[in-house]
Amino acid sequence: MLDLLQERARVMQMIRAFFLARDVLEVETPCLSQAGNTDPFIESFCVEHAGHPGGKRYLHTSPEYPMKRLLAQGSGDIYQLCKVWRQEEQGSKHNSEFTMLEWYRVGMSYEDLMKEVVDLLQDAIPQSSRKPPRFIAYKTLFLEKLSINPHQARTEDLFAAMVAQNIHVAGELDHGSALDILMTHIIEPSMDAQRLTVVYDYPQQQQALSQVVDGVAKRFEVYFAGLELANGYQELVDAAKNRQVLMADSTRRESNQQSKIPVDERFLAALDKGIPACAGVAVGIDRVMMCRLEKKHIEDVISFPWGVA
Amino acid sequence: MATYSTNEFKSGMKFLLDGDPYTIVENEFVKPGKGQAFNRVKIRNLKTGRVIDKTWKSGESVEAADVMDTDMQFLYSDGEFWHFMDPETYDQVAADATAVGDSKLWLKDGDKCLVTLWNDAPISVTPNNFVELLITQCDPGLRGDTAQGGTKPATTETGAVIKVPLFIEEGETLKIDSRTGDYVSRVKN
Repeated sequence: MLDLLQERARVMQMIRAFFLARDVLEVETPCLSQAGNTDPFIESFCVEHAGHPGGKRYLHTSPEYPMKRLLAQGSGDIYQLCKVWRQEEQGSKHNSEFTMLEWYRVGMSYEDLMKEVVDLLQDAIPQSSRKPPRFIAYKTLFLEKLSINPHQARTEDLFAAMVAQNIHVAGELDHGSALDILMTHIIEPSMDAQRLTVVYDYPQQQQALSQVVDGVAKRFEVYFAGLELANGYQELVDAAKNRQVLMADSTRRESNQQSKIPVDERFLAALDKGIPACAGVAVGIDRVMMCRLEKKHIEDVISFPWGVA
Repeated sequence: MATYSTNEFKSGMKFLLDGDPYTIVENEFVKPGKGQAFNRVKIRNLKTGRVIDKTWKSGESVEAADVMDTDMQFLYSDGEFWHFMDPETYDQVAADATAVGDSKLWLKDGDKCLVTLWNDAPISVTPNNFVELLITQCDPGLRGDTAQGGTKPATTETGAVIKVPLFIEEGETLKIDSRTGDYVSRVKN
């Protein structure tokens, strides 16, 4: 136990030194907000604010919105190390409460941010620097492994690939979910576990809050040891387009009959005011610890995991 | 009818799929940071014993199966059915050849075993890991071969043919691992 605490403390110190050296400012933003995350695939915890009618608050699922509000106020490069919470995420790689590192680099391209993420991960996970990282487009991965162009494939093609790979799914899948199935069931397990793999340029449908250029979302993810460690964007700075994404998510939540989450109007207002061109990324620190300590279960790297918290 | 949501999935849970009872062998929660969550599950068909992979979209649910593992005593076989009794309630059940499967090779009248009941009807029978059976047929051992570690076939009172050391003789009772059919030791009478 003491070993684990020391290792975690060491990684936290390493991260802070990493950003101090790069002149990136450490910030704190609220964990409990009046608005929540409208992403239909992420469930926020809702907290009752006793004595305040309608005064619900939401535990943040990432500090993205308020950090972008800081960017709009001219903060410049910023990073945050914080706990975040997501309902219904529990398993060997998921703890509903987890530690996230998120940072934004003003004026940086997502290509350069990918390299910075690799630098940080190689510091935090010494095993990951034994082989050079592999940078590969999402499309190339799908072509290599499944002979499918994910940007052009029809949903039926994705279903056919699933059948060919002997994957049987209960429940209806849409196009995006079928891509997620192929990614998580076939492609991720085929990656070299001993090497950092940076996957970039995602299908437009999976843009989240990244920029889309020529029908391709300027997003990247980083994997090591079979774990998704980081998710980064060339940030979408256009206020109207951000609003479109949030509204579309909100509508989707409604049609899925999911809980209604208030759209973060303060975040959208900040974008109206304008945020600088930037790239940003979030890293799951517990998973980084799993890689560093070579643990198979996330419970093994958290002082008091969900079940005993 | 009781149902289980995917977030209740865990090893050993019994449920219905396409009309058959299954149990969960292994459950893995899979979710891209941005994207659909799934439960990737290894499941065993309790009737056939076959293990398959199946994925559920998280949030889906399955119907619970009324499956119980019960300690029972094997009474006798009438050729068509194998009859078992619950030693506490004296309830009796009859299992057909499909349910008994290869377990019949290790069942001796009076032995304890585990009977899996689905809606109170037996669907599978698991003998004890180690069973003691009489050898009813085997060729005589050859003198001097005891140190060689060789084996020969022998037939048990239940009809199973197993490999035994050369020194074993007809009429002896042996301890056998029912999971592998391996000879373990002689049983002293």
